[in-house]
Amino acid sequence: MSEIEIKNLKKVFEIKGHSIIALDNINLSIEKGDIFGIIGMSGAGKSTLVRSINYLEKPTEGQILIDGTDLFFLSEKELRKKRSDIGMIFQNFNLLEQKNVLDNVCFPLEIGGVKKKEARVRARELLRTVNLEDKEKAYPSQLSGGQKQRVAIARALATNPRILLCDEATSALDPQTTSSILSLLKEINHNLGITIVIITHQMSVVTEICNRVAIIDNGRLVEEGSVDTIFENPQSDAAKELISGKDLRFTPLKKYETDNRIRIVFKENSAYEPVISNLILKFQKPVNILKADTRNVNGKAVGEMILSVPDDAVTRGEMVSYLEEEGLIVTEVTDNA
Amino acid sequence: MLEPKVVQMLLEGIRDTLYMTIVSTVAGYIIGLPLGVLLHVTGENGLRPNVVIYRVIDFICNIIRSVPFLILLILLIPFTRLIVGQSYGSTATIVPLVICAAPYIGRVVESSLNEVDKGVVEAARSMGASNIQIIFKVLLVEAKTSLLTGFTITTGLLLGYSAMSGTVGGGGLGDIAVRYGYYRWKTDIMIITVALLIIIFQIIQYIGTKVVTKLDHRKR
Ligand SMILES: Nc1ncnc2c1ncn2[C@@H]1O[C@H](COP(=O)(O)OP(=O)(O)OP(=O)(O)O)[C@@H](O)[C@H]1O
Ligand SMILES: [Mg+2]
Repeated sequence: MSEIEIKNLKKVFEIKGHSIIALDNINLSIEKGDIFGIIGMSGAGKSTLVRSINYLEKPTEGQILIDGTDLFFLSEKELRKKRSDIGMIFQNFNLLEQKNVLDNVCFPLEIGGVKKKEARVRARELLRTVNLEDKEKAYPSQLSGGQKQRVAIARALATNPRILLCDEATSALDPQTTSSILSLLKEINHNLGITIVIITHQMSVVTEICNRVAIIDNGRLVEEGSVDTIFENPQSDAAKELISGKDLRFTPLKKYETDNRIRIVFKENSAYEPVISNLILKFQKPVNILKADTRNVNGKAVGEMILSVPDDAVTRGEMVSYLEEEGLIVTEVTDNA
Repeated sequence: MLEPKVVQMLLEGIRDTLYMTIVSTVAGYIIGLPLGVLLHVTGENGLRPNVVIYRVIDFICNIIRSVPFLILLILLIPFTRLIVGQSYGSTATIVPLVICAAPYIGRVVESSLNEVDKGVVEAARSMGASNIQIIFKVLLVEAKTSLLTGFTITTGLLLGYSAMSGTVGGGGLGDIAVRYGYYRWKTDIMIITVALLIIIFQIIQYIGTKVVTKLDHRKR
């Protein structure tokens, strides 16, 4: 059974007489232990989708099943109980400004009726997990963005949830803090086996920690699959745009259409060596770089380059073997690559 | 120097003024605080929007607030007499003070609660908090400094109104100022009562501001 199952989800907002279809016919299955990315441009409906998962937003049509339970049939009280099994963190952290760090982490337990003393023991434990044990007396206004998000994560984990929903959890943070938060999430997923759903508009977040991804465009699910597959071979325009940025999408294909193209993929060990300049120096022949890109895929730096090489078949063969000796993966480029 | 009799009278005036101000503020909040919570909860962005309830309370509040206090005081004489048994003196003044203050307090409380970050409420909902828990554990707690500022302002306002009621025999310092300063041309007594009112007002403001700064954890 999937941990989260979304079936034919539709959400329509009515404002001042006219209706906005925020989500249309979304079908998704998120498995136990997944780090599932949901990516899309601003206004695509990501927040609405993630808020539907814990029924903060009631679907207009369709079903949400958590561990097989259709949330539609739960009473208000049962629904609140269910929500306490689903942690959530936000772009703006949403900490209680008038409570200190420790009391913030205790808060969901207090709501759940856990005794204060017990709650504090649990909260201290969690603050250790997120590396903030020395900040328990501090107030949110005294913390940095990254620290606030750590408190929010500790708070979301307080009730021992099975699922953690993250709505743009790193969008307000600088790149360095973003990676530290992402590795914390990865650690949590790994150590506690919590299923994590990550909403973002940044592909880098998805490639860094997610194993699966869904792409939402204009309220519709346009592509879904493993991160590797989608990164290597995006099908939808939205996916291409999110992976390569707007400009590359409009690069005329003709540019690549010579017969002498090769695609080389760098892995971590070779990514930082000046292979191309060495190649040119060695063979004294022109080599054009048609496309180049480096990414972090699941923690590994992976680069991709498309080169146009000389017509001469012998030189070409020598070049390929040279590149392979350097530890690169070399493939020929055909038209539908 | 002032005669002992006058000093005695002024002391009683201070006592009556404080009595009226404190009792009417507390009673005002007993009615106004739930009213404000109800306004916030049923309001457009509240926990449970309800146009009908909101409009009704909103309408009543606005009506009462648009009647000048002195006129309200006079309009309410029969009602006051019914409750207190007489229509003059400090205890009697508390009735119109409370009726004037409650809708005002309701509005002040509503606007304090409206300032609470929607995201924090959303976070509490995501943890499974009920509306009651959100009101008591999130809204009223997160808004506490703003609520206290409102409380200070309201107390100052009621101090002023209690003095105003002196013109119709309301008791307290205002009453003394009117009786001696206005009817008997004892300017010195009037000046002293006014000075006393200003001092009391300043003390209320000072304590209020101190408490608010001490309790606010948002910026440091
Ligand atoms: N409460 C609401 N009432 C009316 N319309 C809404 C509401 N919430 C969202 N919408 C609309 O639904 C659409 C999707 O919004 P949503 O917030 O889910 O987008 P998003 O993908 O999270 O965008 P962003 O990246 O900017 O956060 C938007 O057109 C938005 O205006
Ligand atoms: Mg959003």
